[in-house]
Amino acid sequence: MKRFLLALLIVLLSFSLFAQGATETKPEEIRVMLANHPYGDLLKEKIPEFEAEYGIKVNYEQLQESQLSQALATEFATASSTVDVFMTRPLQEGLMFIKNNWYSSLADYDFADYPQSTVDIGTKNGVPYIVPLVTEWQVLYYRKDLFKAAGISVPKTFDELKAAAAKLTTKDVAGFGSRGKGAAAVTQMSSYVYNFGGRYIQNGEAVFDSPEAIKAIRFYGEMLGNYGPQGVTSMSWENLMPVFQAGKLAMWTDASVFYGQIIDPEKTAIPKENIGIADLPAGPVDDSPFLVVSWGMAIANTSTHKDAAMKFITWATSQELALEGIKNNITMASNSAWKGASGLMNEELIATQAHAAANGYPYDRPFVTSVGAARDLIGEVIIESINTKGTSTKLEALAKEKVAAVNELLKTDGEYHNLPY
Amino acid sequence: MKGKGFIDRHYKWVYTLPALFFVLILMVFPVCYTFGLSFTDWTLTSGKSISFTGLKSYITVLQEPRFWDAFKRTLEFTFWAVLFEVVLGIIIALLLNKQFKGKGIAKTLLLLPLVATPVAIGIVWTLFYDPTIGFLNYCLNLLGLPQSGWHTDAATVMPSLILVDVWQWTPMITIMVLAGLSGLSDEPYESATVDGANAWQILRHITLPMLMPTILTATVLRLIEALKTYDIIYSMTQGGPGYASETLNLLAYKYSFEYFRMGQSSVMLVFLFILVLVFSLAVMRIRKATEV
Repeated sequence: MKRFLLALLIVLLSFSLFAQGATETKPEEIRVMLANHPYGDLLKEKIPEFEAEYGIKVNYEQLQESQLSQALATEFATASSTVDVFMTRPLQEGLMFIKNNWYSSLADYDFADYPQSTVDIGTKNGVPYIVPLVTEWQVLYYRKDLFKAAGISVPKTFDELKAAAAKLTTKDVAGFGSRGKGAAAVTQMSSYVYNFGGRYIQNGEAVFDSPEAIKAIRFYGEMLGNYGPQGVTSMSWENLMPVFQAGKLAMWTDASVFYGQIIDPEKTAIPKENIGIADLPAGPVDDSPFLVVSWGMAIANTSTHKDAAMKFITWATSQELALEGIKNNITMASNSAWKGASGLMNEELIATQAHAAANGYPYDRPFVTSVGAARDLIGEVIIESINTKGTSTKLEALAKEKVAAVNELLKTDGEYHNLPY
Repeated sequence: MKGKGFIDRHYKWVYTLPALFFVLILMVFPVCYTFGLSFTDWTLTSGKSISFTGLKSYITVLQEPRFWDAFKRTLEFTFWAVLFEVVLGIIIALLLNKQFKGKGIAKTLLLLPLVATPVAIGIVWTLFYDPTIGFLNYCLNLLGLPQSGWHTDAATVMPSLILVDVWQWTPMITIMVLAGLSGLSDEPYESATVDGANAWQILRHITLPMLMPTILTATVLRLIEALKTYDIIYSMTQGGPGYASETLNLLAYKYSFEYFRMGQSSVMLVFLFILVLVFSLAVMRIRKATEV
């Protein structure tokens, strides 16, 4: 029996030796981390085409955006990463990843097809690290049928927005929605701050306690407190979207990227023709919605397959795939994609892009390394404003306190009066 | 003894070695590592390498009002959740201990919340609670009652979360108490009946005292888990609205993975560890004192 077992062991070991021989001819493998984003979904579908063309096996994972950031940071910080290529949010994690040397230089990548401002977001000391994938800007989604029934036209100014919200609010339908959940609301309130003439950060210093910014925060609180859906201080886009899709929201200001999802007949109860998309109304001082690079793609500095990773990133950001994105109403970052957009994408969406491209501001949050903590601090001011419908008597003092806290973060990170904007 | 191999001579060590390794690597090491990190200023946002800073992170955390708010919230959540779970768990177990038609079905249905995954439970309850399109407000509306903000309102978020925890974990107490009830001797009951004790007197003076070790064991287990609750709260509110449902575990998570302040986050986890340890030891001590 013992002899039989010994013979069996030898045979099995021999197999494993042959198997070892077989691995030498195995195709090169790369690990790619994708986000739960329409473009991540598109890449997932197309990856078999890349594998067939280049003979490189792609092992991909797809995660929700904050989980993706956390997974990447954990792997990189603990020097245990096997990631080669990943989707990244330049404004959320770009500065921290650059500071920790987690991105690989993309100096060899051809950035000619991208607006310089979108490349600059992921560039430090002249070295580019991020290929811009998707841009987003703030828009107004609205219900054409409800507007028609109420006899009103699409608001062009904040005053008109307020009047429309008041008119459209009923027992069953909230007149106006936008993110109210603390940190998540910071990005969507940014355009309101800009249109009132304020900023979150200026000259490397927090300034959201300025009179202009305070007016914007009060207006945002007044709108959501009076006309927003119940529980709006707990709502980010993933909570507002189903409310809009269920027909319980008349107007919703959020990022342009959601258009494809809200007109998807499998997900929405409202016919496509009843859903409109328009520019964010102008404020009393400016008409400058955010226009940001929401997603980019990068190669991990620790990647041991940099050539294959470069092939993947070049393919994933190619003009052909960008046009596929446009066909799916994904707002791509490259110039050529927009040149070919007409006829492939909704014309109203294209018009909002043109408006944002001409007037937009390239940040939708405090573009600092400690962005997570800074967003929470600003979020506290937003929630106070919403809870009091914009009438809080302690809003100025609270904003001042949080400005001081954000400035402390900037000092700790060596960014106080030391930011390029 | 002669001719016995190494394994035969040391079998008690050899057999326990895998378990010992498991405990050391997967349990003792992370605790010690976290403890070590709490004395550093490791932050990923600074771009600097880790350096030993003594008690600096402890001082920073102890001066942070959010930490104390989360500390109080953790105790509040644990107290109410465990109290309701234990009381309801005992009552249901006593009812299920009687013979009635459909007892098997009732027991099976009772087990269902226990076998579901907490994140799935969180998502389902989030849909129930949704103030605009949720089932609960729809029912309140049909009954003509005022609607609630449930988990989206700072005033009602903690009771809403406690309700979900109670719904999920009461069956665990019930099962443990049922097991305890089945192991009780009949003799004291017979004597009490002969002496003319009524049902309430039997419950108060015989059943509950005899069940006390079981109840306390169940309480310790729930207490430890409730103090560490993370999944349900994260999947339903992520600590919001604002910070209204932020417990120590969630705050530590936020400090680690959103603020990337690993040193300060470790301090919070050390406190949570001590809190769990103190509570567990205290209840174990009480349990020992009640043992017959």
